[in-house]
Amino acid sequence: MPEMREITIVEALREALAEEMSRDPTVFLMGEDIGRANGVFNVTAGLQDEFGKERVIDTPISEAGFTGMGIGAALTGMRPVVEILFCDFMTLAMDQIVNQAAKLYYMTGGQAKVPLVIRTLMGAGRGAAAQHSQSLHVWVAHIPGLKVVMPSTPYDAKGLLKSAIRDDNPVIFFEDKMSYQVKGPVPVGEYTIPLGVADVKRVGTDVTFVATSSMVQVALAAAEALEQEGISAEVVDPRTLKPLDKATILESVKKTGRAVVIDEGHLSYGVTAEIAAIIADEAFDYLDAPVKRLGAMDVPVPMAPVLEQATVPNVDQLVATTRGLFGRRY
Amino acid sequence: MELDKPLLREMYYRMRRIRRFEETAEELYKRGTVVGLLHPYIGEEAVAAGVCLALRDDDYITSTHRGHGHLLAKGGDARRLLAELCGRLDGYCHGKGGSMHAADLSLGILGANGVVGGGFGIATGAALSAKMRRSGQVAVCFFGDGAANQGVFMEVLNMAAIWKLPVIYVCENNGFGQYTRYEEATVTDRPIGARAAAFGLPTAQVDGNDVIAVYQAAVQAVERARSGQGPSFIEARTYRLHGHHMGDVGFARRYRTKEELEEHMKQEPVGRFRRWLLEHQVLSEAEIQEVEARVEAELQEAIEFVNHSPIPDVSTIMEHVYA
Repeated sequence: MPEMREITIVEALREALAEEMSRDPTVFLMGEDIGRANGVFNVTAGLQDEFGKERVIDTPISEAGFTGMGIGAALTGMRPVVEILFCDFMTLAMDQIVNQAAKLYYMTGGQAKVPLVIRTLMGAGRGAAAQHSQSLHVWVAHIPGLKVVMPSTPYDAKGLLKSAIRDDNPVIFFEDKMSYQVKGPVPVGEYTIPLGVADVKRVGTDVTFVATSSMVQVALAAAEALEQEGISAEVVDPRTLKPLDKATILESVKKTGRAVVIDEGHLSYGVTAEIAAIIADEAFDYLDAPVKRLGAMDVPVPMAPVLEQATVPNVDQLVATTRGLFGRRY
Repeated sequence: MELDKPLLREMYYRMRRIRRFEETAEELYKRGTVVGLLHPYIGEEAVAAGVCLALRDDDYITSTHRGHGHLLAKGGDARRLLAELCGRLDGYCHGKGGSMHAADLSLGILGANGVVGGGFGIATGAALSAKMRRSGQVAVCFFGDGAANQGVFMEVLNMAAIWKLPVIYVCENNGFGQYTRYEEATVTDRPIGARAAAFGLPTAQVDGNDVIAVYQAAVQAVERARSGQGPSFIEARTYRLHGHHMGDVGFARRYRTKEELEEHMKQEPVGRFRRWLLEHQVLSEAEIQEVEARVEAELQEAIEFVNHSPIPDVSTIMEHVYA
């Protein structure tokens, strides 16, 4: 057994970046305030001191420009890790991400590999209002050619980021700002987690919660509460939306016969709709109840904390929704 | 700067090859062999030829939706380009990209681009990569006067300047952004290069129909980039002799008159350079015809190549989505 220690997601991500930069001289970082200022959320703390200004590049506030430059560098022998501070600002670089990075390999008939990682931040919870709190992962999950990763634990964050950096495709890596200080066991030393493999975070028998990113913590808390009522919930974390590990999700639902999908993106046309449709389509005969979905309200994220909190799925909602699947009301 | 006979002959060869390639593609388009969108480079040949002759084989270029000339001038294979325009399996992209996405990564041709201004980030990033790898390579970003009005142009000019990147921005001002005239869409009391100059880039404005002028400006910019002195900007004034694309026929879009077109025809770069070569007794008529025969043979071979290249099987659709 490898030696384990408890570290935060921030520390896990930082370790992944440092290890990959040490291992591979073509890996470099670009983004706003990632160097001298240590990264706005300290993910890149100390990396410029360790690896120099040429490999940890503080950029101007020019998301389209530096994302495009990441693509050009990726095409020509480098493995850039570009940071877009909030995924709300990913909108400024959407041409680069959607029209260029995602499609170059295909459009050139397999000539132009784009081994680019874009790290970005998602989620509400800091009173940062509607332009600093969105969860736009579904925008990129919609696009063939991109891979989309959203870790929920320090262990996953580190192993998935290392795999993303080694992947020959553009990978959009979503970090939840409210989960950064979540602690968990991470082994000392080298490991990776393949993209496209879901993880069962809790084993149960009566209902499956398919939960992403910060919603994994919500699902685990709801599962604890429901255990008191005699409902045993299994929590499946897909970990990557593209590729999506359908097999693990379907296997769980076929076992439990009930499913609630929970994600912090807007409910309409979102991740929950896609996964619920897959379950309905491919596990229909096993279902004892309709597949339920919980997502963020279809509203810009408001600033006032009481309003903001009401827009995001929570434990009480998930518990109540689950009780409904068993014909229970309390 | 030495302009010896082999170099001048090569200039003519590259320009003539682009011109005849485009005419061949137009002909095949009318017959339905070339499919999709086709944006002919006719009238602008001197820009691609002049710039690419100043480059090393391992230097990078990014191209535009009007990109055949850049690919051919950088040494691309006319057979594979034509096959790509025809959606054939042996095309550069196995028929998946077509005219607007033709690329040859082995020759540093990082791709045509369907988005106006789509090459700004890629070329500047390739220059960053070359600098980080200390490879001595430079990157050329070809773009049109229309693309100069995209915001990302300002972003990359700034970054190229602060990091002294080995990149050359070559603006092919062909007079039109799609169907809108340059002077109606763009400030003209200052040249486009004033935008680059505002970031401290040295700029040049050259007659884009004069291949020697383009070449000389490019050589200077490339030397500067390769010696670590940073980015440069070149505006090559030229004129789009054919339509925005093959569907743009006649004068239905009302952006120019027949008289204007005829006036510009007199200055078209391939014929003009041919006359210059004869007048200055660089090449004899027989030597020029030899070059032209070589081009014709190459294009015949390209047509044969296309005729023998299969249409891709539907089973290949999902290949190359992910590496």
